[in-house]
Amino acid sequence: MNKKIIMQLDELTCPSCLTKIEGAVKNTPGVGTVKVLFNAGKVKAEFDDSQVSADTLSGVVAKLGYTVQQVKVKDL
Amino acid sequence: MKLQQWIQKQTPAITWGSAALIGLGYAAKFAGLAPFWFALPLAVASLIAVVPIALHAWSALAAKVISIELLVTIAVVGAFIIGEYNESAIVTFLFLFGNFLEQKTLAKTRASIKSLTAIAPTTAAVLQPDGTTVATDVDDVEIGDVVMVKTGAAMPVDGTVSGGSGYADEAAVTGESRAVRKQRGDAVYAGTILSDGALEVTATKVGDDTTFAKIVELVEDAQDTKSHAEKFIDRFAQYYTPAVLLIALVVFAVSHDFKLAITVLVLGCPGALVIGAPVSNVAGIGNGAKRGILVKGGTAMDAFARVDTFVFDKTGTLTKGETAVTAVHAYGATKATVMTTAAALEALSAHPLGRAVLDYAGTHQLDYQALAVADHQTVQGQGVTAQVAGHTACAGNEKLLAAHGVTLTPAQQADRDALQQSGSSLIFIAVDGQVQGLIGVADVVRPGVAAQLQQLRQAGAKHLVMLTGDNRVTAAAVARELGLDEVHAELMPEQKVTYVKQFQANGQHVAFVGDGINDSPSLATADIGIAMGSGTDVAIETGDVVLMQSSFAALTHAFRLAKKTVLNTRENVVIAIAVVAFLLLGLIAGFIYMASGMFVHEASILVVIFNAMRLINFGGRVK
Repeated sequence: MNKKIIMQLDELTCPSCLTKIEGAVKNTPGVGTVKVLFNAGKVKAEFDDSQVSADTLSGVVAKLGYTVQQVKVKDL
Repeated sequence: MKLQQWIQKQTPAITWGSAALIGLGYAAKFAGLAPFWFALPLAVASLIAVVPIALHAWSALAAKVISIELLVTIAVVGAFIIGEYNESAIVTFLFLFGNFLEQKTLAKTRASIKSLTAIAPTTAAVLQPDGTTVATDVDDVEIGDVVMVKTGAAMPVDGTVSGGSGYADEAAVTGESRAVRKQRGDAVYAGTILSDGALEVTATKVGDDTTFAKIVELVEDAQDTKSHAEKFIDRFAQYYTPAVLLIALVVFAVSHDFKLAITVLVLGCPGALVIGAPVSNVAGIGNGAKRGILVKGGTAMDAFARVDTFVFDKTGTLTKGETAVTAVHAYGATKATVMTTAAALEALSAHPLGRAVLDYAGTHQLDYQALAVADHQTVQGQGVTAQVAGHTACAGNEKLLAAHGVTLTPAQQADRDALQQSGSSLIFIAVDGQVQGLIGVADVVRPGVAAQLQQLRQAGAKHLVMLTGDNRVTAAAVARELGLDEVHAELMPEQKVTYVKQFQANGQHVAFVGDGINDSPSLATADIGIAMGSGTDVAIETGDVVLMQSSFAALTHAFRLAKKTVLNTRENVVIAIAVVAFLLLGLIAGFIYMASGMFVHEASILVVIFNAMRLINFGGRVK
């Protein structure tokens, strides 16, 4: 886990979206802790960039039907 | 999955389309047309409206979550199969419409944070070696870069002013809307507004490291940090939704009544219960954030609301943390003369009391530097002596007077006793063997604290305590002035912790209020640590509640807000449970069916959101 990704999504309204996004991101290989901020509409996850790319992760969220507005990647 | 995103985007259109079709169907019915013309539009409405719901249900199921959407989808499909097109159409419409309203109203409760982030600029005008500026993304500005800030713009970085001057409104980091003068060497903070002037700022912190970015992150995290009640409800909902599915199956198995079974599915949706508690906290935390009060989540809110004992650190919290001259007595000379002599003597000593005298001389524009000072001597533990303008003068304590054979008159003794009672430290000024002045120096209590503490009591604080490392006399004087219930002085930081633990052992709920710098152990031990600091990093990180401005008005507001928020959460939980009970009774008594059940559900969700929205403007509007 050497990187941290912060994705800004559209407004989230259903609390069940939370579990859904969290589960899907967490089950991607190379991902550590995942936190979905319901009110801020943000997904924060730690990942290992040798196993998975930031693009793949935003793809995972987009596949669930959420628009990813902005992606930020930081070194841990 | 582009199709799914496209459908999500069309959801408003689908909602309105289905509403129109439902209207059409009922119009046909009342116009007395054949039943077919009633059923057709409603069937179409059900079919188009169920699509986005079913998609949500499916993607949740793929992530192994049984969602509310799944319950609704099954119910609607069931109703469609048995030909109850009006029920299926109305249920889907209400569900979508409810979601739509939920989205709009939820956005209102989140608006405080949105308005916070909106003021942060996304680009900075970075000064180049050739004198031009280049608009750079705030995340890409390097530490040490110089950025130009114009009137009306927000600071893009934390930094030091390296050129220009102006006035900044620092409400974004201190919660206090007031123009602060900024000139070369002053610190400025990202997110604060330059209301007048133009500045060149050398960046010291950029991007996510600025104080402002930390505040925003903290508030975002706080709004999603769940209280115990919320966590319980979440766990409950996790099992509740699948349980409803099971119950519906059991109902069908026992009664063979398909319609009853699918009605149970709709009525079982845990709508208001799931949204009720979080929405109160989001609104409450937002209310605080706008006032520079950061409450770190629902748990902190709960614990704060229960507090009955406030323990204060003295220096820097109840008092300003800096000594100042509080009294000047002059004997056979003017006060100005006394203070000028005192300043001339103290200018050459490094004693902390001396600083207070020099500050006084500075603010009263006493020209002490014009006096000729010779033979300056510091007497350890007593004071200073020198020849000032040709006279033998000394400034110090009574030991110094005794050493020089100077005695006090009864009047001077009376003044001394009175000042000592008030907790002041004393400086005697003697010139040519005569006491000419007596100066009282004390750590000044913040203005208005006594009245604010009174309000804190009215808000429900029962026991006010002061713990301090300072001496007993000073501590007792401050405690008397402020009307505190209990005071303990001459304490080491770890002894403060012991007192906090003692209160907790007595069953008291303790809030510790400190500056977050030297009392971190006590802040951590107390049920609630309240850090009072003017937007410093340390203050933001320590403490469950952070008051960006060191004001007791903010403390009282925060306390009231916590109580109000917790009450609001309870109201919402009660409303939600009452609704479920009402629906259940209605089902048994036979006056609630699918469509009416869905209506009550969606209405109750809006009721809890509206109830929470009352918190946004609690304590008056903030611009």
